[in-house]
Amino acid sequence: MWELSATEAEAIGLSLKVALWAVLVSLPLGIFAAWLLARRRFYGHALLNGIIHLPLVLPPVVLGYLLLVLLGRQGMLGAFLFDSFGITVAFTWKGAAIASGVMAFPLLVRAIRLSYENVDPRLEAAARTLGAGRIRVFRTITLPLIAPGILAGGILAFARSLGEFGATITFVSNIPGETRTLPLAIFSQVQTPGGEDAAIRLVVISAAIALTALIASEFLARRVNWGQGG
Amino acid sequence: MLQLDIRHQAGDFVLDAAFETESGSITAIFGQSGAGKTTLINMIAGLTKPSQGYIISDGHTLFHSEQGIDVPAERRRIGYVFQEGRLFPHMDVRRNLLYGYRKNAVLDFAQITDLLDLGPMLQRRPGSLSGGERQRVAIGRALLSNPNLLLMDEPLASIDAQRRGEILPFIERLRDELRVTILYVSHAVEEVIRLADTMVILSAGQVAAVGEVEELMSRLDLFPLTGRFEAGAVLAATCQGYDAEYGLAELAFAGGTLRVAGAEQAIGTEVRVHIRARDVSLMLGRPEMTSVLNVFEGTVEIAETGSPQVDVLIDIGSPLIARITRKSMHDLNIRPGVKLHALVKAVAIDRRSLTGGAARERPQD
Repeated sequence: MWELSATEAEAIGLSLKVALWAVLVSLPLGIFAAWLLARRRFYGHALLNGIIHLPLVLPPVVLGYLLLVLLGRQGMLGAFLFDSFGITVAFTWKGAAIASGVMAFPLLVRAIRLSYENVDPRLEAAARTLGAGRIRVFRTITLPLIAPGILAGGILAFARSLGEFGATITFVSNIPGETRTLPLAIFSQVQTPGGEDAAIRLVVISAAIALTALIASEFLARRVNWGQGG
Repeated sequence: MLQLDIRHQAGDFVLDAAFETESGSITAIFGQSGAGKTTLINMIAGLTKPSQGYIISDGHTLFHSEQGIDVPAERRRIGYVFQEGRLFPHMDVRRNLLYGYRKNAVLDFAQITDLLDLGPMLQRRPGSLSGGERQRVAIGRALLSNPNLLLMDEPLASIDAQRRGEILPFIERLRDELRVTILYVSHAVEEVIRLADTMVILSAGQVAAVGEVEELMSRLDLFPLTGRFEAGAVLAATCQGYDAEYGLAELAFAGGTLRVAGAEQAIGTEVRVHIRARDVSLMLGRPEMTSVLNVFEGTVEIAETGSPQVDVLIDIGSPLIARITRKSMHDLNIRPGVKLHALVKAVAIDRRSLTGGAARERPQD
């Protein structure tokens, strides 16, 4: 019963691809948002913080529907993307990556923001007195010091993306080979008479991937921790 | 030369400072905690923006509110040694030292590591260094960026008292061998006397006095600011001999010869002697059978009455200050113009305050 069928293997591969892209694309945005929230005081700070954290408390179906309205072929942004660049995201794996990325975004931002808050701004000031401009300070001081947070946040977001279900099925549906990721494949198998064995296989694999990611995150975070405070 | 005139307001605190410093010397910014010392040098470094005024270093305008000039910190060429070192924890000592390296540095990497004795720790991370080692790395790092001016914000404050003595000689070498222009922030009188040539006394955000260390330390009116307990005259002296039989150094100064127990120095060495007011006693007649080795004849200039104690400024060829009780003042009828003898015990003078002033060559101009 532990033989994977071709469609199951496909679902696993697709899930990894979607999660990877979701994290890669949201990482720069997440670093920027975390910097805004940790280091800047501006009008609308609380509002931005609230919006970023919304996916944590909003039903995923609601978010998926919002994405469909916004990014569907007839949607405000979606129509623009299609007309200008010929890009369609609704009902494609790219859309699945967007849905996963949005859902995982708060976890990513929280982890990076925490590490920003642990970076002593006085170290950055010291680097400036040594002749480093803002970009060099960020590249050589800030970024290496928040690296553990970026790693931890990235892996957490990756694991979260693997499990995304509600927003994905609402936004990009459940198309085999295109948007049927692991959770959707499990859902489909459970709905199919005689699909229990396949469902259990996929459940075990999901759990294994998620657990591996979490352990890797812990391990890496500890390795990259510089023993700050010198 | 650094010239500045700045005003800065942060909440209730107002800082208002104007002074100039000489190149190639150490100027101490002296004041109690909260006087505005760190705020002042942060503004010179470009880390805090003054409300108004100007800062000019060697003819380069770094900040001028009216001309709209505010050179960013990274382009000011001002080195900064922070109280807590602020070494980059993710880099080893070598990478910390080279972070701000500028090629045309007067001294190269090997010379700086040699001068500050950093060789054995180049591969180590800051986390594994002692407080004193960290400060030496911080000093080296700032020097290697080839600054026009070096700011030091209480670099010894985070180091335990025993280790401080290990850092002071290194700072003296910057002064004597490299002739680095340094602004040295401190609230410790002994550090100022040992290191600085001139001092700026800050009090509650205002400049209370600017001048030579000897002059300001001997001013009675500044005693509340220079610290009552340690207060006393500071004399510039030259070592002219050493009595090996009794272990006494003979130091010539404007008022005669001062003998100090156990402070051997090379002949001709210029030193600075801090004679605390509470170690000086006064006598009207000629002292005859006394154990006190240093007796100076002088005239009372000012007798400042406060509480049960009186600080008496005596001219013995250079200013000397004695702290006596008000009762003694009345009994001896001490008032300006009175001639008397001042007695300084040879053992009362802190030898450590002497050794530090060694090898000081003052430009004669």
